[in-house]
Amino acid sequence: MSTVPSELKYVKTHEWIRDEGGGVVTVGITDHAQKLLGDLVFVELPEVGSQIQAESECAVVESVKAASDVYSPVTGEIIAVNADLADAPETINEDPYESGWLFKVQLADPEEYERLMDADAYIQLCAAENE
Amino acid sequence: MPFIPHTADDVRRMLDAVGVADLDGLFDEIPPALRAGELTGVPPGMAEMEVAGLLGARAREDANAVSFLGAGAYEHHIPAAVWQLATRGEFYSAYTPYQAEASQGTLQLVYEYQSMITALLAMDVSNASLYDGASALAEAVLMAVRANRRAKSRRVLMPATVHPAYRRVVRSICSNQGIALVELPYCTACGNVVPESLERFAGEDVAALVVPQPNFFGVIEDVDALTDWAHAHGALAVTVVNPLAASVLAPPGEWGAKGADIACGEGQPLGIPLSSGGPYFGFLCCREELVRQMPGRIVGRTVDLEGRTGYTLTLQAREQHIRRSKATSNICTNQGLMVTAATIHMALLGAEGLARAAGACHANTAALVARLCEIPGVEPLFDRPVFHERALRLPAPADEVLRSLAAHNVLGGYALGGDYPELGDAILVCATEVRTAAEIDQYAAKLGRVIAARTQARCPVPPKI
Repeated sequence: MSTVPSELKYVKTHEWIRDEGGGVVTVGITDHAQKLLGDLVFVELPEVGSQIQAESECAVVESVKAASDVYSPVTGEIIAVNADLADAPETINEDPYESGWLFKVQLADPEEYERLMDADAYIQLCAAENE
Repeated sequence: MPFIPHTADDVRRMLDAVGVADLDGLFDEIPPALRAGELTGVPPGMAEMEVAGLLGARAREDANAVSFLGAGAYEHHIPAAVWQLATRGEFYSAYTPYQAEASQGTLQLVYEYQSMITALLAMDVSNASLYDGASALAEAVLMAVRANRRAKSRRVLMPATVHPAYRRVVRSICSNQGIALVELPYCTACGNVVPESLERFAGEDVAALVVPQPNFFGVIEDVDALTDWAHAHGALAVTVVNPLAASVLAPPGEWGAKGADIACGEGQPLGIPLSSGGPYFGFLCCREELVRQMPGRIVGRTVDLEGRTGYTLTLQAREQHIRRSKATSNICTNQGLMVTAATIHMALLGAEGLARAAGACHANTAALVARLCEIPGVEPLFDRPVFHERALRLPAPADEVLRSLAAHNVLGGYALGGDYPELGDAILVCATEVRTAAEIDQYAAKLGRVIAARTQARCPVPPKI
């Protein structure tokens, strides 16, 4: 069973979102997602300063099996990306919720975070997908 | 590997299994308006004897002539061993196998090809080849636009000195993908793109600059300045090069301060016969940082569980069987047989042999140009160094002159006026290492007579019949 930290928010495309305060959130992919992808070999991150739209593609994670799009869960501006992943993409497999984070976003609408799915809803979504 | 098509019985059983009445039923989801009509241009079948006769006659049209024609495809000496080996049963197939079907020998050969072409161009990575030089340039442009994430504009600067057919192919493939090709004019005195002329794009958003070397006129471009300009302005440097020229000129990976980002071109000069225009192969190389945007297949070397060396297709995660419409390209194959010949050709000649062939081409073309320019009214168009082709101005209509020469079994060159009307009666000539001094003399003598017949004042007294 995958871990789903209760303090985070989630979206149905298997990204997690952490509130960092001040309208800033950190985004990564969930433990469930990294298990489905398998060993990650490459991560393509958005440019710092670029504007992203919720539900649009903004990054690519590539495993030995497939290259998959990462969808932005929120709308705003990229203010930081996890540059350490360039040399160590396996960090996402090893620690998806902490050192395996992907990027940080300054939200266009600070209320957007509150409207995202909570951990319980995400657990139900994964359970439904497994049926 | 046998290829056994489905029998009518197989087809019937498969249709029954999926519950479809006939083959057309499989395509029901495609709206009728989008379906291709019947093939109307296909003539009725012919017997083998008739086909052999027809193709033999066509082939003879291209035979016998002494060629001073280049313009993208070049007659070079190919050691007999190249095609003797390439046509062995282990290699000889028009079909390029998928991973599961590819033998270790085939994979190793492609790996050796990639190693040689990257060494020749001083680039980090090569793919297993593409269809031809023009489609390789189109893929290089698409790749550059994908890879250059700083640029938002999808604008690519395309010099008019790039092969006109390549520019048309790039336009066909890229125009529906939102890529804007901006044509760069050339200096009519020197036949190259003047780096300072790019300054009008400074401050604008440009994704890539295409740099030909040599360019279509055979002229050596100022590749260091062009490459550095691209990098200074946030653009990628995409180069289209003659691989034989790369054996004597600075290779793309060493241009300017940082080297070219993507290098591509036509592989035909490396052991592929002219054969009326194809099949040839395209090569595509890049810097390591861009490898995940490279289309096509790449063969890697690895070890198996017992530590033995093995070869395998690698970096396939972005190909169309996995990424579908988001794939880097819809080309998941390569020109296997042509690459086999090119690899053997490069192995036989080696770096020194390629450089000597290139040097002989350069010297022969210089000798040809010197002889032709002794004819009154014939003069070089551009005042810059060339590799093995040069544009000449003629004092008579170029098309007529070339037609007269062809009647004397001389392919005299390529008329430039169609693609470059501003150049008027100009032709592009080429003498590779296979042309002899005697052939060059014969060409000069025939050209002199053809031009004299068209330029000298006619005798006012009509001939008596």
